[in-house]
Amino acid sequence: MIRFILGKLLYLIPTFLGITVVAFGFVRVLPGDPVLLMAGERGMTPERHAEVAAQLGFDKPIWMQYFDFLNRLLHGDLGNSLVTKKPVLTEFLSLFPATVELGLCAILIATLVGVPVGVLAAIRRGSWFDQISMTTALIGFSMPIFWWGLLLIILFSGILQWTPVSGRISLMYFFPSVTGFMLIDSLISGQKGAFLSAISHLILPSVVLATIPLAVIARQTRSAMLEVLGEDYVRTARAKGMPPSRVVGVHALRNAMIPVITTIGLQIGVLLAGAILTETIFSWPGIGKWMIDSISRRDYPVVQSGLLLIAAIVMLVNLLVDLTYGLINPRIRHK
Amino acid sequence: MSDTTSVKLSDAAIRRRMLADFWFYFRQNRGAVAGLAVFILLVLVAVLAPLIAPHDPTMQYRDALLVPPVWQEGGRAGFLLGTDAVGRDMLSRLIYGAQYSLFIGIVVVSIALVGGIVIGLVAGYFGGWVDSVIMRVMDVVLAFPSLLLALVLVAILGPGLTNAMIAIAIVYQPHFARLTRASVMGEMRRDYVMAARVSGAGNLRLMFRTILPNCLGPLIVQATLSFSSAVLDSAALGFLGMGAQPPASEWGTMLAEAREFILRAWWVVTLPGLAILISVLAINLMGDGLRDALDPKLKRS
Repeated sequence: MIRFILGKLLYLIPTFLGITVVAFGFVRVLPGDPVLLMAGERGMTPERHAEVAAQLGFDKPIWMQYFDFLNRLLHGDLGNSLVTKKPVLTEFLSLFPATVELGLCAILIATLVGVPVGVLAAIRRGSWFDQISMTTALIGFSMPIFWWGLLLIILFSGILQWTPVSGRISLMYFFPSVTGFMLIDSLISGQKGAFLSAISHLILPSVVLATIPLAVIARQTRSAMLEVLGEDYVRTARAKGMPPSRVVGVHALRNAMIPVITTIGLQIGVLLAGAILTETIFSWPGIGKWMIDSISRRDYPVVQSGLLLIAAIVMLVNLLVDLTYGLINPRIRHK
Repeated sequence: MSDTTSVKLSDAAIRRRMLADFWFYFRQNRGAVAGLAVFILLVLVAVLAPLIAPHDPTMQYRDALLVPPVWQEGGRAGFLLGTDAVGRDMLSRLIYGAQYSLFIGIVVVSIALVGGIVIGLVAGYFGGWVDSVIMRVMDVVLAFPSLLLALVLVAILGPGLTNAMIAIAIVYQPHFARLTRASVMGEMRRDYVMAARVSGAGNLRLMFRTILPNCLGPLIVQATLSFSSAVLDSAALGFLGMGAQPPASEWGTMLAEAREFILRAWWVVTLPGLAILISVLAINLMGDGLRDALDPKLKRS
């Protein structure tokens, strides 16, 4: 098992180096002078220009710049934002919990709804439930989520006035951020109604973000279940007179879950891409909105390091998925 | 050489037989046929847009701002689906929007498909270090969430429709490369490839004439799925202000302009999104049907 993990880790090193090259190259391939681009509309004096260029290391040969970049990276220095002047890593860490909270909530909804729906659809193959749920899943899979979010805002915030339009919690409440997770912080604060306010802010964005993963998980669960239900050992279990609930629940479900867990893990990249849109629509202060704002503000150090951090996270999550896959499916591990 | 002529004849017959076979399985999937019908309708609307659109899509009628659809109180017969905030006819804009979506889908899929096939063929055919290097590069591209990478690429290239299409194509290309490589590696072991090699076929002929045609099934399915994702992603880029720029009647761009009116004028928000959803759904339905019809494993069950 350790060899398996080490092998996977070694395999990631070239990919990670590639990611650093992409992130490093990003500022270099911007058309025009990066220093002037960073200065924005106002421009700058030639002295200031030379100063900034030296500060950013643009006067050195490009390969040295890359190694400087790597060196700083290994020391945890990801540069400073041009707009707020704060270290990018600090900003990232302060905003990341918001995205994690949203993403976890979304993946929870997607799994808790998607898996049972997929299992039921497979057991009752061809029934009206199967047809309706799979049609709905295909619609969900085809959904432009930025539009879906707007529709839900019109319905629940506009017409019914059940939920707020944006943000993480009502301005009425104020308490220190302990964990960065609003649901936990609001509970700890003990303020009346704070937790409910946090939930009502979280519910619409997470439903929107959950839509596509939910559809994918439901479809994948159904097809994995159908495949397993056709296997000989399931027929044997049935022939032995085992109760159907046990055949489905134990023999079929356990084996069908292997591809489904992989699917759930692979939705992390989808979630991060979806978070960009969802956070923009709901003004959710997470890394997706941060990236979009930084791109439009031309805050290149943030875009560069944000890109690097997000890719690293996706890579690590994929590694975890791979390892879990090896754990639950010994056939892969021993290959 | 009577031999070759008889082989050629049966080739055509086989092809006709395969097509009939494919259509037989495709037809059994009602959803796929419905998707195909909607898609054909979409193509017709896009091609005939100048003939069927009642107004110029960028013409601003200053006396008709935010007119509701005709069936609602205050609607006007001249504007069947109402007008937007600067008095442009919604129906005409939606009709012309179909042109954008189809154009984007075709361009993105063509670039990604051709690029992916060439890269995947080279990697799968030559193997060894060539394969390793190419696949690591593809891994790097795949490590970034596609929309984020497309956004950053557009930030580099500058916002606009062309750059958005290039960015999306670059992001989609590794999927085709991986798929091609996997099928090529599977086919390489087959006897017919060895036979062709022994009879003196060169690398290029082996790659493109002998192996490639046998790898097309999964690529066609992936192309359909990418087509719908391209429509979605380009609309998302338009929505974020990074795709087609106003006053283009691209559906995502229309949605971005409509955002501030969501609580006042439902039609400017609802209709472009519905157009995106219906097109993407139709293409996905078609893709499902194609996959089932082209997958020999499913046919027998």
